[in-house]
Amino acid sequence: MLHLDHLVCGARPFRLEADLTVAKGRIAAVIGPSGAGKSTLLNTIAGFQPPTSGHILWQGDDLGPLAPGKRPVAMLFQDGNLFPHLDVQTNVALGIDPRGRLDADGRARVAEALARVGLDGLGGRKPGTLSGGQQSRAALARILVQHRPLILLDEPFAALGPALKADMLDLVADLARAQAATLLMITHDPEDARRIADDTIVVGNGRADPPRPTADILDNPPLVLQDYLAASA
Amino acid sequence: MADRAQPVRPGAGIAAGLLVGAVVLGALAAVFWRAGGAVSPGPADWAAVRFTVVQALVSAGLSLALAIPVARALARRSFPGRSLLVTLLGAPFLLPAIVAVLGLLAVFGRSGWLNAGLGLVGLPPIQIYGFHGVVLAHVFFNLPLATRLVLQGWAEIPAERFRLAAQLDFGPGETWRMLELPMLRRIAPGAFAVIFGICLTSFAVALTLGGGPRATTVELAIYQAFQFDFDLGRAAFLAVLQIALTLGAALIALRLSAGEGFGAGLDRARARWDADGWALRATDAAAIALAALFLVVPMAAVAAKGLPGLLALPGSVWRAALTSLGVAALSLGVLLVLALPMVAALSGGRRRWIDLAGLLGLAVSPLALGTGLFILVYPVANPAALALPVTALVNAIMALPFALRILVPAARGIVADYGRLGAQLDMGRGPFFWRILLPRLAPQLGFAAGLGAALSLGDLGVIALFANHEEATLPLQIYRLMGAYRMEAASGAALLLMALAFGTFWLCDQKGRSHAAS
Repeated sequence: MLHLDHLVCGARPFRLEADLTVAKGRIAAVIGPSGAGKSTLLNTIAGFQPPTSGHILWQGDDLGPLAPGKRPVAMLFQDGNLFPHLDVQTNVALGIDPRGRLDADGRARVAEALARVGLDGLGGRKPGTLSGGQQSRAALARILVQHRPLILLDEPFAALGPALKADMLDLVADLARAQAATLLMITHDPEDARRIADDTIVVGNGRADPPRPTADILDNPPLVLQDYLAASA
Repeated sequence: MADRAQPVRPGAGIAAGLLVGAVVLGALAAVFWRAGGAVSPGPADWAAVRFTVVQALVSAGLSLALAIPVARALARRSFPGRSLLVTLLGAPFLLPAIVAVLGLLAVFGRSGWLNAGLGLVGLPPIQIYGFHGVVLAHVFFNLPLATRLVLQGWAEIPAERFRLAAQLDFGPGETWRMLELPMLRRIAPGAFAVIFGICLTSFAVALTLGGGPRATTVELAIYQAFQFDFDLGRAAFLAVLQIALTLGAALIALRLSAGEGFGAGLDRARARWDADGWALRATDAAAIALAALFLVVPMAAVAAKGLPGLLALPGSVWRAALTSLGVAALSLGVLLVLALPMVAALSGGRRRWIDLAGLLGLAVSPLALGTGLFILVYPVANPAALALPVTALVNAIMALPFALRILVPAARGIVADYGRLGAQLDMGRGPFFWRILLPRLAPQLGFAAGLGAALSLGDLGVIALFANHEEATLPLQIYRLMGAYRMEAASGAALLLMALAFGTFWLCDQKGRSHAAS
């Protein structure tokens, strides 16, 4: 269970409050207007920004003192999820051992993960020679081998076309459910949320609301979301 | 952002910054201590200061004035060979000064090509030694740099402005007044200050083309105080004068400078609609052609004059070439050992003082620094025994500001792009440095290494203070051959040195690029 305990985050003068829990194994969409603080929230959970006050707890443990790489978190950013000078296999292997030294078992796990995301046989390629969709799959393969119980997505598929994005969301949901991982994903598109998210967290007006079932929220959106959805429709 | 999100370790960089600071400031302290009150400036000293400042002002002014039409022509014309020419503008920066002097002598010297031509039509020969020789050589070196700096300014004018200007039917006059002149007002002072600073510390040019009471720079006077009188007190006093001059110029340049002139994006001309008339085309063509000739002909002359001598080079030249390669390799090693930790430290945070320590090389002249190191070394060891390591160290410190300017922005970009991913993967600072930062920095690293190695190969400065008669670097050996009027051997050795400097740069740069491409 992820518990944000009276969390206040953001760099002055921006300020975002969150006091909520996400149950283990749930998939939650994080939705709200641009600049509302969705990325700030995820960056704070991942440990890239220190909270102003409050605590982030995972299964009851405070993550505050942990460096980003020591948290039970795997995160995909908007871009820059692969090192362009390393081949796909090595990129994935970094999820097992950041020094890139793998035994036979590790190599087998990398191959398995690549097969799982449909990149069989492409492990020797550099990211630059892959399509956008294949690059996303490679990043997902790394998330898979990282095997962290909390997965954060900061719109990693925003640059993909609608059909490809839907494929990726299905894949990521499958992977998360197979590992019983908790998934938080930022999105601008209510359809993304409907597609895979059990719950939705609305971010706006300086606060992140506790998650509620996605269908409820999208069928009866709160005021801050109404404005946003109407404006983007 | 919290320090734990920093993927690189600052400790080694802080140590490297402290070391550079200690060497430079230690040498300065030695100079000030030795100069303390012992000497008072004589008329010859003031003459040297005056000559140094005046030739630097004139050289910088002329370089900039000539660069503006060339840069303007390059900015608004596209023609085959344009990007080659822009690349060629970088060549004089790498060209060893002594080689350039030989090239200029071959063209403008007493029995050079120009005077031969003047003689044919019955005109009196021109003189290259003294004030105008020094200025000519400085313009040769700095016209390309000035052109690149000014061209950078043109490249920074957004293409939309020129589109808007065309829409408003601006002619060349209006474009000049509304777009180009304001840009130049912003760019020119910084470019002038940078070139003025470079000309202040020029030694090899003054040594070969200047000299005598009326054409001695402070840098040359330091050398003469060593060489003729072995008067350390006077050398130290002159070094203090030189430090005051260069520090002043460096501070002014730092305040005014806007760019580095290494920038990308210069190899494309903009679409322009305001300069279509035939007269403008002709003047632009003439500006470009004259600049190219002025650049290429002396280098071609070195090749032409050197080729016969190359086949019969004396053994001393080959020995000196080996020595030079050794010094350059050592200097490159020192440069990398200093620069890489500083780059790593600077890539993650501000730490402005490390940056300043790296810039110290710009604020002291090589001979002033060499004088200080000589004073420090003299009581404990024979300076001649340390000539080569000290030369390598001074070369590395002089190349450090350029290396940092090339590496730090790129490293900051890499950390901004991949720092979070590295942290997220719990990479640790060592693996991030070796696996991510270094490989991704390879193109800039190759460029900086090539620059450092080529500058060290071509340097004629500190070595002249320290070396005894048995040993020499290649530039020093060329100078000695010139002094002995063995011009054919000197020309051959100059060609060899030019090939070594360009070849080393090309090799390093290429290695960096191919590493990045693979």
